[in-house]
Amino acid sequence: MKYQPVIGLEVHVQLLTESKIFCGCSTTFGAEPNSQTCPVCLGLPGALPVLNKKVVEFAIKAGLSTNCSITPRSIFARKNYFYPDLPKGYQISQFEDPICQHGWLDIAVDGGELKRIGITRIHMEEDAGKLVHGELSGPGDGSGVDLNRACTPLLEVVSEPDLRSSDEAVTYLKQLHQIVTWLGICDGNMEEGSFRCDANVSVMPVGSNILGTRAEIKNVNSFKFVKQAIEYEIQRQIDHIEDGGTVVQETRLFDPNSGTTRSMRSKEEAHDYRYFPDPDLVPLVISREWVERSRLELPELPEQRRQRFMDKLGLPLYDAEVLTASRALADYFEAGVAAHGNAKAVGNWIMGEITRALNDSGTVIEACPISPGLLAELLTLIDNGTISGKIAKTVFDEMWRSGKAPQAIVDEQGLVQVSDSGAIESLIDEIMAANAGQVDEYRGGKEKVFGFFVGQVMKASKGKANPSVVNELLLHKLKG
Amino acid sequence: MSIFDMTIHELHTALKEKQISSVEATAALLERIEAVEPHVGSFITVTPEQALADAKTADHLIAQGQCDLLTGIPLAVKDIFLTEGIRTTCGSRILHNFIPPYSATSWEKLRDRGAVLLGKLNQDEFAMGSSNESSAYGITRNPWDTTCIPGGSSGGSAAAVAARQAIATLGTDTGGSIRQPASHCGCVGLKPTYGRVSRYGVIAYASSLDQVGPLTRDVADCAVMLGALAGHDPKDSTSVDTPVPDYSASLRQGVKGLRIGLPKEYFIDGLDPDVQKAMTAAIDTYRRLGAEFVDISLPHTDYAVATYYLIATAEASSNLARYDGVRFGHRAEADGLLEMYTKSRSEGFGSEVKRRIMLGTYALSSGYYDAYYVKAQKVRTLIMNDFSAAFAHVDVMLTPVAPTPAFKIGEKINDPLQMYLSDIFTIPVNLAGTCAMSIPAGFSASGLPIGLQLIGRPFDEATVLRAGFAFEQATEWHTRKAAI
Repeated sequence: MKYQPVIGLEVHVQLLTESKIFCGCSTTFGAEPNSQTCPVCLGLPGALPVLNKKVVEFAIKAGLSTNCSITPRSIFARKNYFYPDLPKGYQISQFEDPICQHGWLDIAVDGGELKRIGITRIHMEEDAGKLVHGELSGPGDGSGVDLNRACTPLLEVVSEPDLRSSDEAVTYLKQLHQIVTWLGICDGNMEEGSFRCDANVSVMPVGSNILGTRAEIKNVNSFKFVKQAIEYEIQRQIDHIEDGGTVVQETRLFDPNSGTTRSMRSKEEAHDYRYFPDPDLVPLVISREWVERSRLELPELPEQRRQRFMDKLGLPLYDAEVLTASRALADYFEAGVAAHGNAKAVGNWIMGEITRALNDSGTVIEACPISPGLLAELLTLIDNGTISGKIAKTVFDEMWRSGKAPQAIVDEQGLVQVSDSGAIESLIDEIMAANAGQVDEYRGGKEKVFGFFVGQVMKASKGKANPSVVNELLLHKLKG
Repeated sequence: MSIFDMTIHELHTALKEKQISSVEATAALLERIEAVEPHVGSFITVTPEQALADAKTADHLIAQGQCDLLTGIPLAVKDIFLTEGIRTTCGSRILHNFIPPYSATSWEKLRDRGAVLLGKLNQDEFAMGSSNESSAYGITRNPWDTTCIPGGSSGGSAAAVAARQAIATLGTDTGGSIRQPASHCGCVGLKPTYGRVSRYGVIAYASSLDQVGPLTRDVADCAVMLGALAGHDPKDSTSVDTPVPDYSASLRQGVKGLRIGLPKEYFIDGLDPDVQKAMTAAIDTYRRLGAEFVDISLPHTDYAVATYYLIATAEASSNLARYDGVRFGHRAEADGLLEMYTKSRSEGFGSEVKRRIMLGTYALSSGYYDAYYVKAQKVRTLIMNDFSAAFAHVDVMLTPVAPTPAFKIGEKINDPLQMYLSDIFTIPVNLAGTCAMSIPAGFSASGLPIGLQLIGRPFDEATVLRAGFAFEQATEWHTRKAAI
C-alpha cells in the first residue's frame, strides 16, 4: 500500500526583546547562572507578572507577516505542570483566544508551484529555565537549576497539518525562519534554541481522507534534523502498520546522533495541563489602530522584495531568491545598486566574491568590511576600463584586507590597465622573438598555441595589459 | 489612657506635640504584646529590634518636623505580606524558613510614611480558613473570650487590634478574611475594591479575589490607612489606575438622604437573634440620622459560597504549585524528584490547604473544567450583575457580616462545610469585586462583638467610610475594649 504523510509543525520563536516577557530582567544569553533573575522570574511568593509591550508588538508583526488576524481581546492562560525548571509550577501561555489566528504562508513546492500552508495560531508565552546536570561545583551528584532563561519571551507558531513531505516541512520552516529574522524579532539561531521546532507526523493510505494517529516529535533543532526526523518517523510508522501494528498517540524524542526517534511518553502519561485564564493578567486589548500602525511599520517582506527585484531590477528568479536570503543582504544589494546602477553586475559580485569572502572568513553581511559604495566604485573601475575583471579580484582582496578604497589601491600598486597598443606591441615582439618555435607551430596551423602567447603577454605585463587589446594585437602579429 | 489604647489619630497628636516619642510608644506596645500574647497568640513573629529601629528613624523625622499621620505609629501586618529580611510564613510550615528578599508594595507604602513594624501576625494557613485554627503556628484566641475563635483568616490582625497589641494592622480578604474577624473582635475592617490596593508581594491565595485592607480601632483610622495603601502599582497589572480621593476629608458629610439597601437574601431565618437585634438597632440609628432604606434583592446570593469554593480553590491549586521545595521553603529529604515534591508538599501543607488544592485541581481537570470552573465564572458574572443592578437604586448596602458571633474554638474545625458557611455574607462581595467594611454594631448576650457590613459601589470606599463614620459618631460600640 502507498502512504501519504501528514505533517504539522509547532515552532518556538525566541523573541529579541531586551527584557523578559513578564519582568525587567535581561534576556542576554550565556550569563552566570541565575544572575538574570528577580522575584517574578524566580516565581517567589507574592510576585506578579507585568506584560512587556514589546512582546505584543513583535507578535503582531509576526501575525501580520503570516496573514493572521489579530485577536482584539486575547487572554493569557496558565499551563500547569510540575518541573524543577518551571519556577511557578505553571507556564504563562495563551490557550483560548491567542493573539494571532487563521494565517497562512505560501511555499514553493516541486516545480515552483505555490502551496498554501495554514497557520492555526500564534501565541505568546514564557520560556522555562534549564537544568544543569553534573556541572555543580558543590558536593553530591545533584542537578542545578538555572533560571536565566525563565520568563524569556517566545512565540509559538502552530501550522495546520497541511504539509505532505519532509521537503515541504523544511521549505515552510525556512520561510518562517526567514520572516522572523527579517522582521528582526528573532535571531534565528537554531543551535542556541532561538528557533526550535516540534513536528506532528502521521501517515494515511493514499486516497484516504481519514488522518492517521500522530506522533509529536520533539527536539528537532536544525533544518537537516527536521528532514531526517520526519523521514525516519514516516518510515517507522509505515513499517509498523505494514507489520500489522497500530500507531499510538505519543510524544517522541529525536536523537540527532542516530537520526532516529524514541518514545518519550504515551497519551496516557500525557499531562493534564489544567489551562485556565491567568487571574494575574488582565485581558490584552489590541485596538484596530494599533494593528494598523504595526502594519505601516512592517518592512517590505522577503516575498514582496523578491518580486520587486525581478520586476523592477530585472533579476532572474534565482538571483532574486539568493539576494533576499536575509534582509541585511537585500539591503546591501540595494545600496550597491543605488550607487552603481547595474543590478546584474552588483548581484553577481555579491553572489560571487562577497559571498565567498564572507564564507571564508566566517563573517556575516552586516559586518562586511567592504561597503556597498566601495563595491560600486570597484565596479565602476571595471566599467571604465581602468582595471580588468581579473585585476579587480586582486583589488577586491586588498579592499577586504585593508578596507581601503579601490582607486587608492589601484594607484598605490600601479594596477591601472595597460591599453596603450604601443607598449603591448613591444611586449608581443619580445615574446615572439623568444619563442620562435611556438610562432612556427601556430603558423603551421596549431591554433591552440594562441593561448600560450596570451598567457605570456599577461604575465609579462603583470596582469595589467588590457586582455582584448592583447588578443587583437596578437592575432594580427601572429598571422604575420 | 494607655499608649496602646490609642488610635492612630490620638497617637499622632501625641507624637506631633512631642508628648511622647515613637520609641516610647513602640516600647509600650512591645510590652503589651509580651503581656497579653500568651493569652491571645496574635503574632507568628514579633520584631522588637526592627520596631525600635523603625521608631528611632521616625523620631528623627518628627524632630525634623516631618510628622505624617503614620510616622512613628506602631503597626503589625499579617504574615502573608512579604517583609524583606523578616521571615514570612503565611501561617504554613512549608514557609517556616522563608526570608523574603523583597517587601510587599502595601507594606512598603506604610513604611515609606514612617510606620513602625511590630511583627508578623498569625493567620489561617495561606489565608484558608475562617477561624485562625489552620495556622501551623498555633491558634489565635478571641480577646473578648479566649475560648472563642477570633475569626479568620486575618484572625491575628483583628485580635491584635482588639487586644491593643498594635495601633492598627494589615490583613487580606479573599472571602471575608478581614471583615469576619473584624466583626468577631469588635474592630473596623475594610476590604477595598479589587484593584484598589496592590497585591504585589502579598502571598496569593485566590488571585482574582484577594485584596489588601486595614483593621483599625475606628473608621477615621481606617480612612487614613486606606489613603496610604490605595493607588496603582506598576508591579500589579490588576491594580487600577484611578485617582485616590481624600478619604478623611469626606468622613463628616453625614448620611442624610443616603439610600441604604437591605438585601433580603441577607436577612434569613437562620440568623442569630443577637445579630438580628444588632442589625435592627443599626437600621434605626441610620433612620434617625436621615438615611433612607430601600428593600433590594441580590437573587444569586445562594450560589455564592459554591461559586467561591470553585474559583478560589482552582486559583489556589495553581498559585500553590510553586511551593515545591526546589527554590525556597520546606524541602523534604528524598531520593528522587517525584518523592521530593510529594514529601515536601505532604509535610509542608496542612489539611485545609490540601483539601482546597485537591478541590481546585479537580475543578480545573480536563472533563470537569466546563462543568465546574467555567460554570462558576458564569455564576460569578450573575452575582456581579446582581450588585450593579441593585446599586442603581442604592448608595450602600447594610448587612450582617457573619450569621453568628464568634464561635468556640474547635466547634467547626472538623466540619468544613459549616466553617465555609460562616462567610456566607462576605463572599459575594469578593465575587463582585466591590468594597465593604465591617464596623462594631453591638454585642451578643454573652458579650461577644457583632459587626455590621456596609457594602459600597466599586471604588466608592469614600461613601462606605462616610456611612461608617456617621454610625460610629452616633454609637459607642467601637469605644468598648476587650477586658484582656
